[in-house]
Amino acid sequence: MNDKIKVRKIINDNLTKKKNTTDKVMPTFFLVMASLSVATTFGIVLTLIVDAVKFFAEVPLKEIFSTELAPLKADPSFGILPLITGTLMTTLIAIAVAVPVGLSAAIYLSQYASSRSRKILKPILEVLAGIPTIVYGFFAYSFVTPLLMQIIPSLEAKNALSPGIVMGIMIIPLVASLSEDAMNAVPEIMREGALGLGSTKLEVALKVVIPASISGILSSIVLAISRAIGETMIVTIASGSSKNFTLDITQSMQTMTSYIVEFTSGDAASGTTGYYSLYAVGLILFIFTMIINLIAQHISRKYREEY
Amino acid sequence: MFKDGNLIGKDSRMLKKNAGAKLPKFNINKKRMKNRIFLSRFSRHLFSLSAVFALVVLGILLFDIISESLGWLNVKFLTNNLSIFPEKAGIRGALIGSVYLMLIVIPVTLVLGVSTAIYLEEYSNKGKIANFIKVNITNLASVPSVIFGLLGLSVFGRILNLGSSILAGGLTMSLLVLPIVVVASQEAIRAVPGFLRDASYALGANKWTTVRKVVLPVALPGILTGSILAISRAIGETAPLVVLGIPTLILKIPTGIMDDFTALPIQIYYWTLDTVLTPEYANLAAATIVVLLGVLFIMNSAAIIIRNKFQKKF
Repeated sequence: MNDKIKVRKIINDNLTKKKNTTDKVMPTFFLVMASLSVATTFGIVLTLIVDAVKFFAEVPLKEIFSTELAPLKADPSFGILPLITGTLMTTLIAIAVAVPVGLSAAIYLSQYASSRSRKILKPILEVLAGIPTIVYGFFAYSFVTPLLMQIIPSLEAKNALSPGIVMGIMIIPLVASLSEDAMNAVPEIMREGALGLGSTKLEVALKVVIPASISGILSSIVLAISRAIGETMIVTIASGSSKNFTLDITQSMQTMTSYIVEFTSGDAASGTTGYYSLYAVGLILFIFTMIINLIAQHISRKYREEY
Repeated sequence: MFKDGNLIGKDSRMLKKNAGAKLPKFNINKKRMKNRIFLSRFSRHLFSLSAVFALVVLGILLFDIISESLGWLNVKFLTNNLSIFPEKAGIRGALIGSVYLMLIVIPVTLVLGVSTAIYLEEYSNKGKIANFIKVNITNLASVPSVIFGLLGLSVFGRILNLGSSILAGGLTMSLLVLPIVVVASQEAIRAVPGFLRDASYALGANKWTTVRKVVLPVALPGILTGSILAISRAIGETAPLVVLGIPTLILKIPTGIMDDFTALPIQIYYWTLDTVLTPEYANLAAATIVVLLGVLFIMNSAAIIIRNKFQKKF
């Protein structure tokens, strides 16, 4: 009898000891796991900088800011301007599609739609947002480009226009849902006040709701720009890899992202200037998107109207 | 201004001054009213059109892809190996590659993501460190996927010498979708009401036991939903894998995580690129897209079912 109690006591002691040690160890374990995400960021920055520095050491600045990009030639040249214009043009087209359509959809959903049509439209927007970009790339290349060719006969098989438009379609859900959230956050009293003063629904939307939710709308647009700059597969497939320095959207252009894809899946031998140029482009892309995201965060923090 | 029911100050002086004057008449301009109402009604249709635009595009996209895949998508297409002849080509290798990839991504993201969320929500003192990690995760979520490819190429591919193996691809993909899992898990854990934790502590449980036996089970549906969405993102993501340098044509079926592989989106990419040489490749790409979208559809439905069925409301 006495022995039994003793054994039980020992077991119990051991159990609580074990429990308490795991209880003490777990916070450290979780902290280590959480810091791995920070390590990832540092990993990205380090890998980009280490190899980009080698590139900037080998290539003179004057060449970097030239308009000629021919990394695989015997006498290679690394001008980044063609990639910048390519990225800029496709992003501009995408924004020109996504912002008007996305904003009007957001206004419709938050101001006009009945709960039934909202129940149908919102999941469809979510589905559009969930489609992999490679599928959009295929769609741009196999459907939108041939369609546009019938309207603009001079369009090349690979061009900046078609991926720009499709990228815009891809971003519509982002703009629509973020802006709608911002518009829904405007208190009902303000809307009813304006309606009570005799405004029409359109006037309420344009003069009350949009000004009150402008911070959310702006930051959704800025985030959309960042998505468009970082988008890879659509432009790689549908815009091709011509390193043209041009503003003509009917021609093939290369963006920063598709340069990285083309070059790595090709034969970039490790240690060549071409290989390091990948990381230089990656670094510039990273800095671009970082700055844009910081702007978005700043806008939504600074210009938020509190109610 | 009023005081004790009487007008005082400027207002009372105005009243005295205008005592004899007539009240102003409101001049309602009927034409202007009509215009305003017309504009409002008209713009309503314009706005609804752009919302419907999304629906139309989705319809066209699906129609285009399904019509191109008709006749090419059959059981043989799923079970055949890759071939340079379009009639014989199948996606068995890509399917197996994608499954292997998920076998890496699922455990890695779940362990990393849920642990990070537990730290941020349960253990951190919400001070500078936690804030730094949070900001970092938000920023990580907005880094373009192609940059994760560069990270994978340098760290996993070259430094750890994993090349373009399943392991390298899986780890790269895990880091890419990590923020989604963290944010979803955080929200799920935050939604667990405090009284459940208090009850657990009152019964003598320590923190870890409370987290393990009370918080995690209650938060599980939310965590699962977020994880499924993250994994479906990983299945469709192409750019990081292409940057890792997955070879164009792999005729060997992978048998372990150190083998080279191909995955569904990669297969779509190469077939789409090669349509210039062989037009039938467009059909193969479309058929692969149908398979990929089918997989995504099943996963998203599962996520919705879990969300609706198992999520507890307090």
